[in-house]
Amino acid sequence: MMKNLSIVFMLLVSPELALAAGGHGIHLDQANIDPNNKESLQRGARLFVNYCLSCHSAALMRYERMGTDLGIDEKLVSENLMFTGGKVGELMTVATSAQDAKEWFGTVPPDLSVIARARGVDWLYTYLRSFYQDDSRHIGVNNLVFPDVGMPNVLWELQGTQEPVITTVKEADGTELKVVELELVEPGLMSPREFDRAVRDLVNFLDYMGEPAKYERQHLGVKVVLFLLVFLVLAYLLKKEYWRDVH
Amino acid sequence: MGEKYKTGLLGWIDARFPLSKMWNEHLAEYYAPKNFNFWYYFGSLALLVLVMQIFTGIWLTMNYKPDATLAFNSVEYIMRDVNWGWLIRYMHSTGASFFFIVVYLHMFRGLLYGSYKKPRELIWIFGMIIYVCLMAEAFMGYLLPWGQMSYWGAQVIISLFGAIPGIGDALALWIRGDYVIADATLNRFFAFHVIAVPIILLALVVMHILALHEVGSNNPDGVEIKKVKDENGIPKDGIPFHPYYSVKDIVGVAVFLIFFSIVVFFMPEMGGWFLERDNFIPADPLKTPEHIVPLWYFTPFYAVLRAVPDKFLGVVAMGGAIIALFLLPWLDRSPVKSIRYRGVLYKLALAVFVISFIALGYLGTQPATPVLTNFARLFSILYFGFFISLLIIPKFEKTKPVPDRVTS
Repeated sequence: MMKNLSIVFMLLVSPELALAAGGHGIHLDQANIDPNNKESLQRGARLFVNYCLSCHSAALMRYERMGTDLGIDEKLVSENLMFTGGKVGELMTVATSAQDAKEWFGTVPPDLSVIARARGVDWLYTYLRSFYQDDSRHIGVNNLVFPDVGMPNVLWELQGTQEPVITTVKEADGTELKVVELELVEPGLMSPREFDRAVRDLVNFLDYMGEPAKYERQHLGVKVVLFLLVFLVLAYLLKKEYWRDVH
Repeated sequence: MGEKYKTGLLGWIDARFPLSKMWNEHLAEYYAPKNFNFWYYFGSLALLVLVMQIFTGIWLTMNYKPDATLAFNSVEYIMRDVNWGWLIRYMHSTGASFFFIVVYLHMFRGLLYGSYKKPRELIWIFGMIIYVCLMAEAFMGYLLPWGQMSYWGAQVIISLFGAIPGIGDALALWIRGDYVIADATLNRFFAFHVIAVPIILLALVVMHILALHEVGSNNPDGVEIKKVKDENGIPKDGIPFHPYYSVKDIVGVAVFLIFFSIVVFFMPEMGGWFLERDNFIPADPLKTPEHIVPLWYFTPFYAVLRAVPDKFLGVVAMGGAIIALFLLPWLDRSPVKSIRYRGVLYKLALAVFVISFIALGYLGTQPATPVLTNFARLFSILYFGFFISLLIIPKFEKTKPVPDRVTS
């Protein structure tokens, strides 16, 4: 049961290639986010401010905008989602200085405002679920999708601890595939199913934050295209009328 | 029609400025062949996109900051905090790609119907200069969002100037204004992108249209309609541009805007082809992206560049690929303009040319593996082979008789 629910990765062709390419050979799980699901976005926002926003900024995003778009009351935003005090119109900056961060993690944690547009939601969804125990590293964990990442597994208390199990599978044509499965060795506060949903919510929120206008854009787009279709019919009839006398 | 107004406001203006005269010369009494087909929409559409780019550009400039520390965030500020900023920005970024789509189709029309041939050589030359300016405009505009691909794309392209023997490094340094792409580069690219190049573009467009209206439009039959005129001196196969083609072009505009809106509203990144993923990471001079690709409209020439083993000769070949297009009116000496009446050899050569151009465009987006590089070499040879074949084809070509009047 546990094994079925654990994540399966196919390192295509050879593990060296996958690792050398920064994890590009890795099969990414589908995030299947639902941008229209406000509750999922609200849960994602909560996870984001609790687990990400202490090190990562989202300095292009305003708390107020997030509240408006996600249907969260302004008062709730400032009471439950803002830990820094200040006004809701402020940007989602972070208190950690870049210098401290560099000392602690070896690198400055990137701003996450548009991370979903840079990495893609499937990558984020897979990455956040791919941490495993690696005692050879100073942070104690490594990541299948992003080898030697500087970020610790901040969601470990929810997820639990994973360890890699490597098996070699021979394909019909003789090529050898290394399959790495991450097995949950110590359960966290959430079941694997709950954890997947939580990460999906978080990725959904990151995707929203990458382009807050996306919802508005698509809804306006339908109206614009419908208008243009009507306009096309009228323009065509006008053209036909004018061209009646051209032989 | 066709006369000066004597009274009223228009009379007052006409006594002082050739308003009615210009209106008539270029619209109401400009006689265009009546047999324009699908391919003839793209000229007016290019003009539409130009106007759209200028207006969205002006509004973007109101909030954009041409400063290396502020540029990336100011674009996101436009996307988030400026009213309708996202729409203006997507119209501009999508408009850039659509500009090239429209211009490529417009140029292909010229190849189909021999529109570059005598007496329209200058129209073609002006058009080619517009195309080159457009490439400069797009290239410099792409630096402005100051993302990783903006930065490294510019780094790669400017370093090409460094391949010129002797003065190369000094020239690249002079263009950048710094040893790497930096704030100085961003500032000057901004100046060129919003002022210098648009002014030149507008002037060239005026010259392109004036030259066209001087000699008259070609058409799918490649027939000169001015040769057959009625008793009033009006070409028998001509119809006034306005209202006939103005109302017809509105239909084209509607269809165009539907395609354009689908991209703007539903797929503004166009799967990474119009807005690249890496460009959502702020420019970082210390981190080279794994795979630097120029935007799709440059990739055919980029593939030619990489196909040549020597860097300098590669730059020469890339330049040659563009210069060859300039020379078309003098390479192709066949008296028959339209592909409808040309022999099978020209049709074949043109097909090979189009396939090569598209194949090179694809190869320019891919990593230069040995196999793909060999393909790029093959298609580069075919690309140049087209121009050489034009010198020879008319000698063996069996053309069909060209009619005196346009066919419908």
